[in-house]
Amino acid sequence: MNITFIPLSEFRPRMEALRQEKGMDFLRDMIGMDWGEEGIGAIYMLENSTTKENIAVATRTTDRENTIIPTVSDIWQIANMYEREVFDFFGVVFSGHPFMRRLYLRNDWVGYPLRKDYDESEALNPVRMFSEKNEEDYLHTLSPDGTITTTVDNSFDDKEYVINIGPQHPATHGVLRFRLSLEGEFIRKVDVHCGYIHRGIEKISEKYTYPQILALTDRLDYLSAHQNRHALCMCIEKAMGLEITDRTQYIRTIMDELQRIDSHLLFVSCAAMDLGALTAFIYGFRDREKLLDIFEEVTGGRLIQNYNTIGGVQADITPGFAGKVKEYCRYILDKLQEYNDVFTNNTITRKRMIDVGILSKEDAISYGCTGGTGRASGWSCDVRKRHPYALYDKVDFKEILYSKGDCYDRLRLRIDEIKESVKIINQLIDNIPEGDYKVKTKPIIRIPEGSYHAAVEGSRGEFGVFIESRGEKSPYRIKFRPMGLPLVASMHTLLKGCKIADLMAIGATLDYVIPDIDR
Amino acid sequence: MFDFSIITTAIDQFLRSLMPSAMAVFLECVLVAVCVIVAYVLLAIVMIFMERKVCAAFQCRLGPMRVGFWGLLQVFADVFKMIIKEIIHFKRTDNLLYNLAPYLVVLSSVLTFSCLPFAKGLEVLDFNMGIFFVMATSSFGVLGIMLAGWSSNNKYSMIGAMRSGAQMVSYELSIGLSMLTLVALSGTMQLSEIVERQADAWFIFKGHLPALTAFIIYLIAGNAETNRGPFDLPEAESELTAGYHTEYSGMGFGFFYVAEFMNLFIVSGIASTLFLGGWMPLHIPGLDGFNAVMDFIPGIVWFMGKTFFVIWLLMWVKWTFPRLRIDQVITLEWKYLVPIGLINLLIMTLCVVMGWTL
Amino acid sequence: MKDNITYLGRIYCTLKSLLTGMSVTLKEFFTPKVTEQYPENRKTLKISERHRARLVMPHDEQGGNKCIACGLCQNTCPNGSISITTKSVTDEETGKSKKVLVEYSYDLGCCMFCQLCVNACPKGAIEFSNDFENAVFDRNKLIQKLNK
Repeated sequence: MNITFIPLSEFRPRMEALRQEKGMDFLRDMIGMDWGEEGIGAIYMLENSTTKENIAVATRTTDRENTIIPTVSDIWQIANMYEREVFDFFGVVFSGHPFMRRLYLRNDWVGYPLRKDYDESEALNPVRMFSEKNEEDYLHTLSPDGTITTTVDNSFDDKEYVINIGPQHPATHGVLRFRLSLEGEFIRKVDVHCGYIHRGIEKISEKYTYPQILALTDRLDYLSAHQNRHALCMCIEKAMGLEITDRTQYIRTIMDELQRIDSHLLFVSCAAMDLGALTAFIYGFRDREKLLDIFEEVTGGRLIQNYNTIGGVQADITPGFAGKVKEYCRYILDKLQEYNDVFTNNTITRKRMIDVGILSKEDAISYGCTGGTGRASGWSCDVRKRHPYALYDKVDFKEILYSKGDCYDRLRLRIDEIKESVKIINQLIDNIPEGDYKVKTKPIIRIPEGSYHAAVEGSRGEFGVFIESRGEKSPYRIKFRPMGLPLVASMHTLLKGCKIADLMAIGATLDYVIPDIDR
Repeated sequence: MFDFSIITTAIDQFLRSLMPSAMAVFLECVLVAVCVIVAYVLLAIVMIFMERKVCAAFQCRLGPMRVGFWGLLQVFADVFKMIIKEIIHFKRTDNLLYNLAPYLVVLSSVLTFSCLPFAKGLEVLDFNMGIFFVMATSSFGVLGIMLAGWSSNNKYSMIGAMRSGAQMVSYELSIGLSMLTLVALSGTMQLSEIVERQADAWFIFKGHLPALTAFIIYLIAGNAETNRGPFDLPEAESELTAGYHTEYSGMGFGFFYVAEFMNLFIVSGIASTLFLGGWMPLHIPGLDGFNAVMDFIPGIVWFMGKTFFVIWLLMWVKWTFPRLRIDQVITLEWKYLVPIGLINLLIMTLCVVMGWTL
Repeated sequence: MKDNITYLGRIYCTLKSLLTGMSVTLKEFFTPKVTEQYPENRKTLKISERHRARLVMPHDEQGGNKCIACGLCQNTCPNGSISITTKSVTDEETGKSKKVLVEYSYDLGCCMFCQLCVNACPKGAIEFSNDFENAVFDRNKLIQKLNK
């Protein structure tokens, strides 16, 4: 991957030019990086959403005390969240950012953990047994001339009816916290708090060998376990120049699609549950269970599967696999009609979802809401089509697009995608070529020096892996693109003028998974 | 048809022969209260068990299977657990109102419960304004719910209570209208008299289209009145965790829970009394042999059978549909049910006046 | 629904969709249930051969295992859930010193079942078994000695 470095002084105008003149409207990922002697900064991966042209630019500063980089959060809305993450891990203050506070760690955390000179001693950051004050009480604002001032800025004042949805709440699908300010049933303001399940996977990975890191990817977005691992394996294989066999490609593609069906089934059933239709929820889980049985037979795991390995897959498919998958595909197509009857076409569901939480195409791109959410807004953002990998350029499938971008479109899109996944599987399952399921690799895997990037279409968006290697057993820096963070970031826009009940519908149809956001 | 008043008069005379009549009346009141409460609790247990099994069956599950044969003792285990649970008191709750609220809810449903005519002569409160009394007592349950939400010092509870206030008060109207439709048809407000007048045919057949419409409106509104899905917004577990009873533990929660189930029973009981003939067996005019056979089945079996059928119907609805949003709940009531109910009342009156009933 | 549908038409559409939903649930009401009653169905329960529930070290009839105490599994484990104690034994015939396994300790409690140890083992001495009933009352019981 080629990274163009931009000097700090030219950074802002160059970024604006990229956005305006070259139409780079999609900020794919932003990777904070500590280059050591050369400075601290960030890599911005940009894409033109119409021409699919990619570019990676970076900027850095050698000042480790007052590390200041101009913000781009007004150019790409998602940069708001990404910059907070970089601030959290690297201590880079983005001047002009309206909301500069830590994203994942506590505000009383000492040091910036992903800096290479970070002091890991436990004395600095003991396990704190008291709860944190609300972040609003000490919000870092930054004056344009570059001096950091910490001012108190209460975004919620005393007179507002503030209510917490989460971190423990039935509708947040994990430990995510929304602070809402209500006016009756209407939501006036929303503030998203992440980090309740932050495990520092990127930090841990810097000490792990590459095969060991693979054990962690399943634990990011547990509903795209295969795709996550596929992305990391692909990135490492690309870096090592490893050619994998056709059989592996077939198995990986089929598994990715099965995983997508699994995730979308869970999506539909959980959306039903959030709307109060518990029966539809159980139906979805009943059918998903049958799929998990297939997974368990082949991979040995139901949720955490550990299937892809560097150079292939962990074990060959079982003899009965093809038959079972085909039978399941037939079964699930039948059952989709049942979901439609009992839930999707139901008047109450339609009333609850149509015209609720409309995400415009421009916002979807600016927020980087890939996956089903982006496609429901009419943005053709499928990595399988944009940057085909594995066998996706050989199979025939349609990228489902809706135009309105409301909750109902997002729901229907997932059901349609299950059908497309079945179509892909049916094209592949009978033609799995003979051959090795795994290429022999050296016992110790090293990646040549350089930066590498690979992306797959996860169950809920683009999952990217960025590896910066210095030629050692472990990566110098590894970054996983969270699929859910852009979705959660877009909540601000979606929730305007909505009711509490709409929050559940929007949250359910955005389809975020918290461990993937928090990493 | 066996008349239970034979037994009750016998007991009455027996007691009066033993003691002064004031004493006897007092003792009878106590006896009746004990009977009502025991019946109330037993039915609640049956209902909870039924809910769990029916819900499980709709969801392709088995439901409780472990405690006792086929899970029969599960509810008793749950009740026992609930009784021994610690009652947690929270800071800055309004203690008086907080503790009062569950009793208000239970009181309202017990009072309404005692109006139900279970069989011929087997009713506790029966007077010529029966239907008004039922409507009055059932509607002050909302007070308990509002108090619970208000006094809990919890924002979720508060929103739940406000929702339930808006919802229950609105739906009272539809319930009232559909009941009035039937009053127009029957020409009486006394519950026992209403049942008696269905001896030739149940009102749902007698009143054909308007009665059927009233029945459907009554079921929808009754479902909303008891806060059950798809109208379970006051407790909407995926939005407000548990709504108005979030902060209750132990029996405080137990009372709400029991009252919710018993309200469902009461709504179904009244539906079966008004529309399906209560304890009156199925009589088809002209088929005397058939009617005589039907009369052999005791009235209480008829009443319970019909009531539980209506309960099953409501459970079926609850376990099929997603929850509505608060504005949709109110829209449904004021833009659909009330106008339809009013027109329906008009049609029914017209039918009665013109003699178009069966 | 389109806006131009009449008031009554809307009621009809609503009722139709609701009744469709209810017919689905009614059908499911009478279909056989899918609940698996776990401890009772132990005999018929099928757990996939590849299911990773616990690390085991297969022993032959003489009580010997294939472990050569190389320590690769210990090094490759991300969580440090394997620890191997070895001793040096001098072979009487050749006179060469050789490492021998004394204790293979495996902490089930912190294992994340990534299968790296099994992959790393050059002799195939360890494998995952699908014996999944591993719940114990004491955390210390999760630390198992795998060799006999």
